[in-house]
Amino acid sequence: MQSTKSAQVFDVVVVGSGAGGGTAVKVLTDKGLQVALLEAGPMLNPAKDFREHVWPYQVDNRGAGAHSELYFGRQQWGYFAAPVGYWDIPDEPYTVAAGQEWRWFRSRIVGGRTNHYGRISLRFSDYDFQPEDGLSDPWPVTYQEMSPWYDKAEGFIGVTGTKEGLRTAPDGNFLPAIAPRVHEVLIQKSCGKLGIPCIPSRMAMLTKSINGRAACHYCGQCGRGCVTASAFSSSQAMIFPAMKTGKLTLITGAMARELVTDGSGKVTAVSYVDKATRSEQQIRCRAVVVAASACESARLLLNSKSARFSAGIANSSGQVGRNLTDSVGYSLSGTVPALANLPRHNSDGIDGMHVYVPWWLLDDKKKNFPRGYHIEIGGGFRMPMIGSFHGECAAFQGYGRKLKDSIREQYGATVGFAGRGEMIPNKDTWCEIDPERVDAWGIPVIRFHARWSDAEINQVRHMHETFTGIIETMGGRVMGGRPDPKTAGISTPGTIIHEAGTVKMGDDPNRSVLNKYCQAHEVKNLFVCDAAPFVSQPDKNVTLSIVAFAWRASEYLAEEMRKGNV
Amino acid sequence: MSEYSRRDLLRHIGISLTLGAAGEYVLAAQDVQHIHQTLAPQNGHYTPKSLTAHEYATLQRLSDLIIPADELSPGALSAGAADFIDFLCSASDEMKLIYTGGLAWIDEAMKHRYGGKTFLAADPSQQTALLDLIAYRENLRQDPALSPGIDFFAWARKMVADAYYTSPIGIKDLGYMGNTAMTHFSVPREAIDYAVKRSPFA
Repeated sequence: MQSTKSAQVFDVVVVGSGAGGGTAVKVLTDKGLQVALLEAGPMLNPAKDFREHVWPYQVDNRGAGAHSELYFGRQQWGYFAAPVGYWDIPDEPYTVAAGQEWRWFRSRIVGGRTNHYGRISLRFSDYDFQPEDGLSDPWPVTYQEMSPWYDKAEGFIGVTGTKEGLRTAPDGNFLPAIAPRVHEVLIQKSCGKLGIPCIPSRMAMLTKSINGRAACHYCGQCGRGCVTASAFSSSQAMIFPAMKTGKLTLITGAMARELVTDGSGKVTAVSYVDKATRSEQQIRCRAVVVAASACESARLLLNSKSARFSAGIANSSGQVGRNLTDSVGYSLSGTVPALANLPRHNSDGIDGMHVYVPWWLLDDKKKNFPRGYHIEIGGGFRMPMIGSFHGECAAFQGYGRKLKDSIREQYGATVGFAGRGEMIPNKDTWCEIDPERVDAWGIPVIRFHARWSDAEINQVRHMHETFTGIIETMGGRVMGGRPDPKTAGISTPGTIIHEAGTVKMGDDPNRSVLNKYCQAHEVKNLFVCDAAPFVSQPDKNVTLSIVAFAWRASEYLAEEMRKGNV
Repeated sequence: MSEYSRRDLLRHIGISLTLGAAGEYVLAAQDVQHIHQTLAPQNGHYTPKSLTAHEYATLQRLSDLIIPADELSPGALSAGAADFIDFLCSASDEMKLIYTGGLAWIDEAMKHRYGGKTFLAADPSQQTALLDLIAYRENLRQDPALSPGIDFFAWARKMVADAYYTSPIGIKDLGYMGNTAMTHFSVPREAIDYAVKRSPFA
């Protein structure tokens, strides 16, 4: 392929426009740097692309998909969900080692997964950075060092919450919390009886207007994308404003192929495929921030081979692709008689939970698994959708007036619990370049290896017992059978969509790729700013920490450039 | 995004912001119009795109039996459940096979049991007698030959429920009150009291 080099040398090229890339773009343009942003998907137009407030009956297929994909388990992504996500991208395959399972979700649009993510925003704890059990490496930073960056991240994106003084859920710079729904009040009482904390949730939705973004209007549809940007997305809150500064050049449909280096080993350009013309382009830069999502970032580094970096750029340690983790997932629902025929009211609120359970057994020495999990809570009167009553139909069976009455009675009487726990990194869970496959652009693809250990299996067994206890203490009945005893109902690796760890940070260049500022040990003008640098996968969803680390790395990069060190 | 352009964006989709007393931008609930309200409403008469007239009429009858009208609300027939299913069949051969095959099975089973009548031509008591066989999975134990009918009825039941409860009639029947804009979120005290009173925490 012919390669076209950009005339302009940008100060920084950012690869990827999600939480990490968006933060880098915001901070670097605020510092006055000229930034180019590469996004593999198209531009986002919230007014056109978001299906907020649409009723299912306003769409012919009501959300089942043009060819009934939902009914046959082939729907890539919810019809009403914010664009654009895929489990399978025809042009961009990946492979999984024989006999193993890994599912890789990718988003291809400006803003990436931040357009639709759950927006749960939890700080990591002090012990997450310096684990006392020795089962994973310490991070090269402490909570004390990160706390001010969490303050900035929360202050900018806006996070609800209350000060609770819990070590497992450090307090932050919070917006007002939102009132618990009826089922959440019962769950709080049930947890109270069991000695389990259940506190107001910490979510990136604006219960009050900040930073020029309107306050939430409580339609409960944040996952569809928020036209008023009251639910945080990097596209609306970071990238669109940066475009107005004149400092940002956004290049969509740009699939990064490799980082180009000079004789000294510094990155001089990013080579990418312009998907529309299938042509090879090079964009020149003084520094690069890779934020393409953990596995895509590892892939880009591994594919950037040169005489100097035969195992991929900045990879003398051999750690690129290693240390891969996803959150441990397990779900259970129950039906609660006290909620049957509950008086109707609008319970939409903010999408997802208004209260949650942070980890509470930090000091329990008797449990048979390390680390912990938090519990996410579902329920309430949700907008009826295709599938809303499949469970009720299958459980009740029958037909006629009795079925209709049963659905009336059960509407809003179901509660759901989802555990999100910490996976301990293991040597069998990692990703590498598949030597035999390329994608439609000729770029070698990723091959995954994954294995849960007993630590994770025992953890989901504990989740099952805990959720059962909460449901039964509130007088409810667990729905569904007991999970398969061997897998214990654990999620398929990758499906919680919290990939992390593949471009690990650390103090020792022989055992890590990046330093404490997310800067490559071996390549001073290469930074990685998604969840790839994360040494471990605390039981606290990664996005808020991606923003905090990317913010800190970007300020450091700007300062190093100003000093002439990069 | 600047205030100006954000307002333009909001105006474009028919949502307006007003500056609240605390200097916050708030959405005035009465000003919210939805982006897709211009979509054509369901018109009164539907012409099947995929099913034959007989299949469509049989499906209509089935939908009426699955979710009937009662004193509180109209049923799945009025809500156009058969229309939705026919529409999906028109864009999926896999879906169409489920319905053409299933509806034919029902006719055959009816003829076999009740002297040559189709499901549609049978008496209501004969229709419900057949449904009583295929609406419960445990009947498979007594008669494994019911399997195709039971599988089909599970499809029909869940899809009639989908069609009904995503229609304006079904949404009203459930009493879903959301999908609107509010300046504040609160939970009615009486709803909390209702649940707590019925719970072990009373």
